[in-house]
Amino acid sequence: MKILAIDTSTHVMGIALSQGDKLLAEYTTNFKKNHSLRLMPAIHQIMEEVGVSPAELDAVAVAKGPGSYTGVRIGVTTAKTMAWSLGIPVYGISSLQLQARNGKHFPGWICPFSDARRGQIYTGLYRFRDSLLREEEKDRIVLLEDWLSVLKEKNEPVLFLSQDWKKHELGIKGVLKEQAVFADFPDMQPRPGELLVLAGQMPAQEAHTLAPEYTQMAEAEKKWYAAKEGRAHE
Amino acid sequence: MLSNVVASQIQSHKRFGGVVPEIASRHHTENITLIMEQAMAEAEVTFSDLDGLAVTEGPGLVGALLIGVNAAKAAAFAHQLPLYPVHHIAGHIQAARLEREWKYPALALVVSGGHTELVLLHGEGEYEVIGRTRDDAAGEAYDKVARTLGLPYPGGPQVDKLAEEGTEDIALPIAWLEEDSYDFSFSGLKSAVMNTLHNAKQRGEQIEPANVAASFQASVIEVLVEKTKRAAENYQVRQVVLAGGVAANQGLRRAMEKAFTASDVELTIPPFTYCTDNAAMIGAAGHVQWLKGNTAGWELNGVPGLALY
Ligand SMILES: [Zn+2]
Repeated sequence: MKILAIDTSTHVMGIALSQGDKLLAEYTTNFKKNHSLRLMPAIHQIMEEVGVSPAELDAVAVAKGPGSYTGVRIGVTTAKTMAWSLGIPVYGISSLQLQARNGKHFPGWICPFSDARRGQIYTGLYRFRDSLLREEEKDRIVLLEDWLSVLKEKNEPVLFLSQDWKKHELGIKGVLKEQAVFADFPDMQPRPGELLVLAGQMPAQEAHTLAPEYTQMAEAEKKWYAAKEGRAHE
Repeated sequence: MLSNVVASQIQSHKRFGGVVPEIASRHHTENITLIMEQAMAEAEVTFSDLDGLAVTEGPGLVGALLIGVNAAKAAAFAHQLPLYPVHHIAGHIQAARLEREWKYPALALVVSGGHTELVLLHGEGEYEVIGRTRDDAAGEAYDKVARTLGLPYPGGPQVDKLAEEGTEDIALPIAWLEEDSYDFSFSGLKSAVMNTLHNAKQRGEQIEPANVAASFQASVIEVLVEKTKRAAENYQVRQVVLAGGVAANQGLRRAMEKAFTASDVELTIPPFTYCTDNAAMIGAAGHVQWLKGNTAGWELNGVPGLALY
C-alpha cells in the first residue's frame, strides 16, 4: 500500500510518501513562496528519488482546510485529479486535525488554530483518547475571545498548536493563564507524514466528491444571503 | 474534435451581477475531475490513448487559472504525459482551425468580455498583436451598457437582440485614435451612452432602449470592422478570423461578412460553441504547441497577465 500525502493549506508545503507503515519520504518547507509552482516539481523529485512511479500509488491523502483558500485549492485539486486519473481513492483530512497530531503526547486538550483575520481564528478542539485523536469540538471559524471563554471552562491544560501563535500568545495567556501551553517551534507547523497516520484511521472517498473545507461562505455569498434576508423582512 | 464539455457558472454568478473570482475558483475545484471524466467518456478515450494535455496558462483570473493548471499537471504527471501550455487568446484564435486550415498571413479579430485584439498570424502559432483596447474590452462595454439599460446578466447578447429592434438615431462618439493605430477604446462610448440616458432622465424625456442599443452597437461594430479591414489590406492577409465570445454577436457577424464578401480574403467565423470560452479551442491551440514541441515543465503556473506568445 503506497500513499502520497499533500499539504499546502498554509505557508508550509508538505509532501510525504508511505509504503505500508514505513515512511519512505517526507518533505517540508516553510516560507512564503508559490505552492502552485513548487508542488508538482517537489512531488516529482521525491517520487523519483525513492523510485516510486505514480502508477504504483494506491491512494492520495490531502489536507483539505480550513486554511488559505488558494493554498487549500492547490492541494485538493492536485490530490483529487491525481487520484481520479489513476482510479484510486483519496483521503480528505482536516488541516486542523493534521496540526493537532503534533500534540500526540500531550495529556490534555489540544487546540490547533490559524489566524482568520478580524479577531477570528479557524480552530477546533481535539484530544488523544486510547492513542487515537478525537475531535471533541468541531472545526469552526470563531472569535478568539469567544473561543477562549469556551476553553477556560474546560478547566484543564490546553496545548496550542499554530503557526500564528506569536500573534495571539499574549491574548491567550491573558485569559487562560497557566492553563495555556505552547508547543516547541517544530511542532507549531504541520507534518505531512501525520496525514498518512490519519488516512489509516478513516474511510477513503471517491475523488470527485472531495472539496475544500472553507468553514465559511465566500464574502459575496454572505452579502447575497444577508441582502436576501433583508428583503424577506421588509 | 471528439468532445467539448463546458460547465458554465453563469447561473451561479447571475445573482451577484457578474463573475465573483472566489466563487469561480470554488466551483472549478468541485467540478474539474467530473468535467474531465465527462469529456473523456464522450470521446471514448482513456489516459492510455492520450499523447498530451493542454491547459490555459493565462491570461485570466488567477484563482481560476490555478485550478486548471494544477489539475492538468496532476493528470499529466500521474500518466507521465507531456504538458502543453496555451495562451487563452491563442485558444480563441485557433478555434478557427477546427473549421478550416489557416492561410497565412492571417488576421484575427478577438472580441470578448475581457479582450479586444487584432492579432496578425505570420505562420503556424506565430502571433503578433497589432492592436488592443486601451481601456475597456468591447464585451465589457456591452455588459455595462446592458446594466445601464436594466438588462439581465450577461448583457452582451441582450444588447445585440435589443439592437435588432431599434434605430440608430443617437449620435455617439467613435474613438478612432491615431490615424495609423489599430488600438481600440470603448470607455468614451460607454460614458456617452450613460450621459445620454442620464440627461434624458433629467429632462424627463423618454429614450427608446432599443435605439440606445442599436446606436451603441453600430458604433462598436463600425470601429471593429473598419480597423480589421484596414489591417487586412495593409498586411495583405489571405484570411480573417473573427473569434471570441462577442463573435456570436449577430450585428458584428453580418458587418464582417459584408466587409469581406467582395474581397479575396477568406473570412472564417467559428461556430458559436467554439467562440465562447471552451476547452476545444485550448485543445486546438495545444495541437499547435505539440507541432512546435512547446512543452511545459512541472513548474508550470497560472499567469494572469500572460502576453501572447
Ligand atoms: Zn475568452
